[in-house]
Amino acid sequence: MIPEIGHFALILALCVAVVQGTLPIYGAAVGSSALMSIAKPAARGQFILVLLAFCCLGYAFAAKDFSVLYVAATSNSHLPLHYRLAAIWGAHEGSLLLWTFILTIWMVAVTLFSSHLPEAMRARILGVMGLVSVGFLLFMLTVSNPFERLTPAAADGRDLNPLLQDPGMVMHPPMLYMGYVGFSVAFAFAIAALLGGNLDAAWARWSRPWTTVAWCFLTVGIALGSGWAYYELGWGGWWFWDPVENASFMPWLAGTALIHSLAVTDKRGGFKVWTVLLAIMAFSLSLLGTFLVRSGVLTSVHAFATDPKRGLFILVFLAVVIGGSLLLYAWRAPRVGLGGGFDLVSRESMLLANNVLLVVAMGSVLLGTLYPLFLDALGLGKISVGPPYFDTVFVPLMTPAIFLMGIGPIAQWKKASLPELAMRLRWAFGASVVTALLLPFVLGKWTPLLSLGLLLSLWIATTTMVNIRERVSHLVGNSLMSCLAALPRAYWGMVLAHCGIAIFIVGVTMVKGFEVEKDLRMNVGETATIGGYTFRFDGTQEVKGPNYLAARGIFNVTRNGQDVTMMYPEKRRYYVQNQTMTEAAIDSGLLRDLYVSLGEPLEDGAWSVRLYHKPFINWIWGGCLTMALGGLMAVSDRRYRLARRRERQEEPEAIRSEDTSVA
Amino acid sequence: MKRFLLPLVIFVVLVGFLAVGLTLNPREVPSPLVGKPAPAFLLPQLHEQDKTFSPSDMAGQVWLLNVWASWCGGCKEEHPVLMRMAKAGEVPIYGMDYKDRRDEALTWLRRHGNPYPLTAVDEAGRIGIDYGVYGVPETYVIDKQGVIRYKQIGPLDDELVAKTILPLVQELRNK
Repeated sequence: MIPEIGHFALILALCVAVVQGTLPIYGAAVGSSALMSIAKPAARGQFILVLLAFCCLGYAFAAKDFSVLYVAATSNSHLPLHYRLAAIWGAHEGSLLLWTFILTIWMVAVTLFSSHLPEAMRARILGVMGLVSVGFLLFMLTVSNPFERLTPAAADGRDLNPLLQDPGMVMHPPMLYMGYVGFSVAFAFAIAALLGGNLDAAWARWSRPWTTVAWCFLTVGIALGSGWAYYELGWGGWWFWDPVENASFMPWLAGTALIHSLAVTDKRGGFKVWTVLLAIMAFSLSLLGTFLVRSGVLTSVHAFATDPKRGLFILVFLAVVIGGSLLLYAWRAPRVGLGGGFDLVSRESMLLANNVLLVVAMGSVLLGTLYPLFLDALGLGKISVGPPYFDTVFVPLMTPAIFLMGIGPIAQWKKASLPELAMRLRWAFGASVVTALLLPFVLGKWTPLLSLGLLLSLWIATTTMVNIRERVSHLVGNSLMSCLAALPRAYWGMVLAHCGIAIFIVGVTMVKGFEVEKDLRMNVGETATIGGYTFRFDGTQEVKGPNYLAARGIFNVTRNGQDVTMMYPEKRRYYVQNQTMTEAAIDSGLLRDLYVSLGEPLEDGAWSVRLYHKPFINWIWGGCLTMALGGLMAVSDRRYRLARRRERQEEPEAIRSEDTSVA
Repeated sequence: MKRFLLPLVIFVVLVGFLAVGLTLNPREVPSPLVGKPAPAFLLPQLHEQDKTFSPSDMAGQVWLLNVWASWCGGCKEEHPVLMRMAKAGEVPIYGMDYKDRRDEALTWLRRHGNPYPLTAVDEAGRIGIDYGVYGVPETYVIDKQGVIRYKQIGPLDDELVAKTILPLVQELRNK
């Protein structure tokens, strides 16, 4: 009964979505206030209905209702409750429900925080989001219904894929989807602006916080996924350029470009058309990512069941949504006009260059991801594109982008002077180059990439310091602290996010340069030493989990004769799917991770063992979190609140932070 | 107007490729071994451990080598197809038990039926490397001269057997 209620709620939600996607947009076109006012209650009603469906599915999982096909396919009576609930998004159908649910959450957020928007604008935004929702609800109800019954009911479920039975994996999809779907708000803003024809600085200011929040979620989501791959797959890698990873990275690159281009539109009224195109692009890439993951056109470790009907549905949906918005763009964008002009050397030009680099990087990831498909479709053979391609393409593209990241925030809008910039940054540049060249020797080994990586992160750090110092010196204040506090949060957000990049680069550089890996056969009592740490293998013991049986290895780790820690990597065999999983043991630290994973059992209690010493690896995720934190900081800036209040009161009010911050 | 149409044009081309991509199977990988002699090996048999099996034992016959394992889900799906083929007796299917435990493999065959005249045991997966095994199950069609003529990655199904494998076996026999 409960699953039928969920199913019914989805059907009702579809009806509401159709209304929400048509009448308010029509109302905005003909100027009917009555029709426009439907948008808000419709969005909220849709949220309630999808929430109800979501709860029904959750109930089916909690109650172990194996007469529901999806529940039987992705859970098991021995699966602990928290994983049973996480299994809601453990496979295709439920992920779609999660996607739609998150879309309705964003809709409700728009209804809550849009009282300052003109009515027509709000009606159009919610209308566009309603149309997107129609697509996803139709998709679920036609070819991937999570509430489909199984007759006769299964005696027990087939269990959740053991790879997904992990706390990181529980949080990864919701975060990622919050990001993906969050870009639908920026997208809806862009489409609404194209429809209404009013693309001004106010429009950019409204879109900015939404875009930034979505970007923060996406950043955290990607970091969680990468962290999960690191500790769960047992290979010690953190990024594999797998098509599915690329699918989440492309919207991130487009979103990053969008955030920067919105800043220009907001402050200078420039880049309007480009900003709109980026907003369409960011969301289109989110949809494309869904298509790539769900349709089975590409092979990937994240193999989901392939069904050609589903693939066709998503492709048609993709064609309608993206094709439609690009058509609208081609039709309306020429009237938008260009913003104010700017010099060849100016903050605008640097942000433009940064945008171009990010979009080219996104394009090269897209090309690398789809290249095997292109060749195959043209009958030119089968190939796969691996990390070497991405590494070769990425470093040369990101190097100038990061170099510009140091200069951009310091340059003046409209017109900057190159010699003057050089003067202001000469110390930062000199110090970074010298340190980057010498530091590797101190650390024990020099390679060009090591120096380059260190140079880039030092460059970001030193230019940021120069920037802060200059900003503070412009302020008249009593103490340094009060000066720092007087700087707007948007500015601090930018500083944090940029420092996040620096931290990230340090992590990548150090891991690539100094990680030590040993693959060996260890007998009981044998020791091995890497990175100054000595690992003694004390044998394995059998451990019983709720739905698996594990061989748990015992490793005693010492350094210079001093005990450091005990490590317990596991090799688990999950009963239901009869799948073995490697649970690596990781001893995390600020400066290094120790990583042990069990390979195969050999004779006489010996095991093949993989040991890693990974310096600074946590900086990779630390960097990502710092970036996301920077984004949140920027969103909390009072200019957005002030702007909102100002528009409500319709009286001008001085905005203190209306200066040169970008983030 | 023209330059504003550019994104749309790029997208339309992309959709075209994706549409073609939907009709293709990315898992269909041509094996570099097709047309080459099957790598030689000498492996113990599953049921009678002291006896061995080598591809050279099969010289002069067209036969299938099916790589399987008791831990593999796809093998369970494929198994009824193999059982039907074995019953029809159109072509001998030899098994290679890949990275598996002997007792589990034996139990598995007892439970689901044994379509193989005999099964070789590749416990460490070394022969699997020579054959370029991507994932189990995999099936090789080997001709009278011991040359690999076809490789299937993933489970066999009835349609594939009727339309591809059996006609190929017939053709190779008549050569």
